[in-house]
Amino acid sequence: MSIVINGRELQFRPGETVLQIACRAGIKIPHLCSLDWSPSPSASCRLCVVEVEGSPKLQTSCTLIASDGMVVHTHTPRILKARRTIVELMVANHPPDCLGCHRAGTCELADLARELGVRPRQYVGIKKDHPLDISSSAIWRDPNKCVLCGRCVTMCHQIQGVGAIDYIDRGFRTQVGPGFYKGINVSGCTYCGQCVRVCPTGALMEHSHVDAVVSELGDPNTVVVAQVAPAVPATLSLGRSKPPTVPVMLEHLAAALKQIGFAAVFDTAFSADVTIMEEATEFLGRLQGGGVLPMFTSCSPAWINYVELHRPDLIPHLSTCKSPQQMAGALIKEIYPKYAGLEDKRIVLVSIMPCTAKKYEAEDLGDVDYVLTTRELTTLWDRFGIDFNKFEDRLPLDPPFAEATGAARLFASTGGVMEAAVRTAASLAGAETPTAPLNEARGLDEVKCFTFDVGDTTLNLAVVNGLGQVRTLLEEGPADLHFVEVMSCPGGCAGGGGQPYGTEAADLHRRLDRIYDADAHAEVHSSHENQSVAALYEQYLGQPLGEVSHRLLHRTYTDRSSGVLANDDAQTKRGARAGAGAPH
Amino acid sequence: MNRSVLIEPCCSLCTHSPGRPCPDLITCIQEGPLCHDDDTCRTLRAERLETVRRGGDGTVLFVGAGTCGRANGALHVIAKTKSYLEERSVPARLVEVGCVGFCQREVFVDLQKGDGLRLSYCDLTPDNVDEFLEAVFEKNELRNRFLYGRYGEAPGYEDVPLVADTPFFSRQTRVVLENCGLIDPASLDSALAAGAFAAAARALTTMTREEVCDMVAESGLRGRGGAGFPTGQKWKVALNTAAHQKYLICNADEGDPGAFMDRAILEGDPFRIIEGMLIAAYAIGATKAYVYCRAEYPLAIARLQGAIAQCRKAGLLGANILGSLTDLDIVIKQGAGAFVCGEETAILASIEGGRGMPRPRPPYPAVAGLHGMPTVLNNVETLANVSGILRNGPAWFRDLGLGEAAGTKVFALSGRVRNTGLVEVPVGIPLREIVYGIGGGAPEGHQIKAVQIGGPSGGCIPDEYLDVPTDYGKLQELGAMMGSGGMVVMDERSCMVDVARYFMEFIRNESCGKCTPCREGTTRMYEILTALTKRPVGEEIQRLERFRGLLHLEELAATIKETSLCGLGQSAANPVLSTLRFFRDEYEAHILEDRCPAGVCQGLRTYAIDTATCVGCMACKKVCPAGAILGERKSAHYIIVDRCLGCGACVDACPKQSITLVA
Repeated sequence: MSIVINGRELQFRPGETVLQIACRAGIKIPHLCSLDWSPSPSASCRLCVVEVEGSPKLQTSCTLIASDGMVVHTHTPRILKARRTIVELMVANHPPDCLGCHRAGTCELADLARELGVRPRQYVGIKKDHPLDISSSAIWRDPNKCVLCGRCVTMCHQIQGVGAIDYIDRGFRTQVGPGFYKGINVSGCTYCGQCVRVCPTGALMEHSHVDAVVSELGDPNTVVVAQVAPAVPATLSLGRSKPPTVPVMLEHLAAALKQIGFAAVFDTAFSADVTIMEEATEFLGRLQGGGVLPMFTSCSPAWINYVELHRPDLIPHLSTCKSPQQMAGALIKEIYPKYAGLEDKRIVLVSIMPCTAKKYEAEDLGDVDYVLTTRELTTLWDRFGIDFNKFEDRLPLDPPFAEATGAARLFASTGGVMEAAVRTAASLAGAETPTAPLNEARGLDEVKCFTFDVGDTTLNLAVVNGLGQVRTLLEEGPADLHFVEVMSCPGGCAGGGGQPYGTEAADLHRRLDRIYDADAHAEVHSSHENQSVAALYEQYLGQPLGEVSHRLLHRTYTDRSSGVLANDDAQTKRGARAGAGAPH
Repeated sequence: MNRSVLIEPCCSLCTHSPGRPCPDLITCIQEGPLCHDDDTCRTLRAERLETVRRGGDGTVLFVGAGTCGRANGALHVIAKTKSYLEERSVPARLVEVGCVGFCQREVFVDLQKGDGLRLSYCDLTPDNVDEFLEAVFEKNELRNRFLYGRYGEAPGYEDVPLVADTPFFSRQTRVVLENCGLIDPASLDSALAAGAFAAAARALTTMTREEVCDMVAESGLRGRGGAGFPTGQKWKVALNTAAHQKYLICNADEGDPGAFMDRAILEGDPFRIIEGMLIAAYAIGATKAYVYCRAEYPLAIARLQGAIAQCRKAGLLGANILGSLTDLDIVIKQGAGAFVCGEETAILASIEGGRGMPRPRPPYPAVAGLHGMPTVLNNVETLANVSGILRNGPAWFRDLGLGEAAGTKVFALSGRVRNTGLVEVPVGIPLREIVYGIGGGAPEGHQIKAVQIGGPSGGCIPDEYLDVPTDYGKLQELGAMMGSGGMVVMDERSCMVDVARYFMEFIRNESCGKCTPCREGTTRMYEILTALTKRPVGEEIQRLERFRGLLHLEELAATIKETSLCGLGQSAANPVLSTLRFFRDEYEAHILEDRCPAGVCQGLRTYAIDTATCVGCMACKKVCPAGAILGERKSAHYIIVDRCLGCGACVDACPKQSITLVA
């Protein structure tokens, strides 16, 4: 079947929209509201309108299903005029402080304005005037910069199934935010950050720690050290024309971070290996000792928030393991000063994470002082004049938290924790360590259920790819599950809320390829074979789930469900500061 | 809840009960008994019907107590009447009815004598009701100053005109409104006695779903909510879409300013809607139906709730209705006050529990609507027409309309016209006939300038174009639309720029905020129009902005119309476009001459002080809120035009009448 767009005959598959066909053919139709992974477009921005021969009305190409023989024009004078007027209307209701905006240079509205030849100050009049919402430690909102495209709402509702933000009020006063004009801290938001990642303007942002980190780096009395999550090198490697492997990229990162003043750079994948040791042991203990099953992974902080805020009934099912970030934090703060002879210094630990929820987690559990997202790391490079994609220096990561296995690298992908855990659990249970990729756990399917034999026992396993699928698993999945991996963000940390801005699914696939490649080429594949980890247990921790590891590496959970948009105390604590609870 | 007398068996041979529904129940009530031949039973049934039709035995007072009547004091009239009757032990009953349609002459009270005589009185107020009651019950003066007309034969009162022959009613064709104001809307019996549910019974027990759809399609009935989509066609789409659950939704979220047809029908004849819904639900195979009614219509909701409960009790709703194996349950869902929730996809979102925001179509609701299931949404007035079509046939319905058009349309006639109220006329009747014929033209000494039709989606049609027939296509050619039926008449005292501004303000507040052109564009248009209604002050730049605004108006209007997501946005610019088209001179007067020809725009008004007569008393200076008046005691004052707000306070304050409006 074929369709003619701007005189070009293009083939298409049934059910495809005109926008999809055009994008594939290199015809750029501006669009703000539609997302690659959204099942039903909201069609709210109206920028992707096209003319269809035989139809008097302009139609949105994101909702227009192609039919055989359809003739479409995408850039006629009539369309250009309409699009320009729409963007001019957005600009007329947008703060003029582009120079101080964190999205300067990456703002899609600015791009559209330039591309469509928007005349500044074409329409003048009142502008929206909403208070900033800085009520949370992870995500901030500036509703004044919002163009109400609704991408964030789509992510929060349709993809993540959380529903913390929505359109509120109506007419010109419409804004996107939590109900009753409250702060996002009481909205039930899990801080997964998927909204931030897709926001086209500066309306949503992480609570930035860049300035604080810069200030710590300039303080002679502190020793600033970093830990880097496995998704970050995989993501950054794609900025180079010949993407280096993840371990090489980590060495570039270590060199660049030390260049700007970090004293040491550790690999969070190391603590991922520790996590596996603890988690696999915990799981086997539950399995053999009649503990609560299925056990859910606890690596993803937004998932923890989801349970504590929305499904406290699942708390007994959560692994008590801290996430790799927090395990690394505890280990670095406990061991590194002694190891490096820095016991009289103040150690400041900065995590570099693909995640916004890690900011909340760090504040909640301590040990980690600052969290920079992948995006903020770019800002940090800019601040210190590092042209990172051309930065060729390499330095090894710092012991004792430098060595990591292929299993730990997989933590950055959906199914990766499961795959890593299965390898070690099999070994701990006395079976052979599997070596082939666990393909049932990999890939972007929403819920992956499969079985795995460990010796005589058949384990029922499930991998949940994104918070929105938790309900699918619980309602439609098998009843006798043993172990479930949940990663809050679709694709896992590779698609995390702290990753570079963007709406294209292709980026995610490339990152996952880098991660799988890192495992394939790793010298050691299983966490229990990590010699540094073995040494750590020998020298400090003793046994997995032992007394020391219990103190350093495990945590408890709190039922916070009553605080969701109801608890006024929580509201006043932060919301009042933000002015986000101001009555209208 | 009123107990239904008619539904009760006539003798032991009649076996109907809601648990064991009799397919012939309705016919039996209205013409029965059918299953056995017994004169006693026939007489009993006929007598019951007659009693119900009279509203009971003896003297009955029917008080028009719809929302419009209540606004005119109907509840006080009722209270006073009640105490009057009690105090004097007058054996008369009071029955609240809906609005007969002549809102201007409310409160209407019909006097029904035991012998069948029914006279209609109007213009009653809480203050004069005692005089009326005294005349009727003490002096026996039935021909008093309140008498409006008679119903039926009325022996001895042949000289009193039939209500239907009075100027307001004589040009109307009352089909949908036939029972409004006449029967007790709280009583199933009243509706049954007036013929309700006969059509539904026939459809459910003797016709296939396809036949019902065909009949409605053949009748030419089009959606009365505004867009005018052929109803039968919509039903067929839903019928032919396979699904395990289908829904019917009655759209009673009437929100256009100046439109109150649906409210009047719901308040005056709720059983007609239920019957229409029953037929529609049967036709498409829906077993669950909703009435989406705005919460601002508490009386309509109460009437509907009562009607649904009575129908359930009588077995006209619920499972296995009239033994036809048809199930239907009706749920009332109250809208929370958003105008956009009258848009069909927004209604779906609202009923599903979401925010009332439209979504793109296709898929159309008839294919994938509520919860993704085939759903037919019909307006109240559309559904009110259905029973008539089934009862009298499609040809009858087509013949009601003029020319190509079919059926009747109810308009809410208001504004600067002598007679205001609800008028039901054949579709296709010229607007002039409604405005001048039924409405009686402009009030004494004034001239009709334009008619606004279709609410915020419609347009203003100038007097010289009023010969246009009320036909979906013809009105659109003039930049207006049939809309739901609001019709506001304006005379030379209305400023068309101000009218456009009013509607634009309405839309900017009521836009759901989802799509950019509607949310942002209407605000800018509103701001431009507001600037036109004010004198530019001081700087030249303001004057230039006003000029630029006029250029922008048309550009914005085009973009909003072309690119908005739903009907609300697509038609939002109509009031501006139509006034620009027909009343461009008024816009030019505002811009070029800083003058509002109608004298409405206060921001353009200013006053001058006659220095010859001003005594310098300073009274005007004291009351001026803007400090626009200068002058010393005992010397002539003057007004600084740039500061003047045009409020006119100085005029009232001046003891010498020295201050006059500068036109």
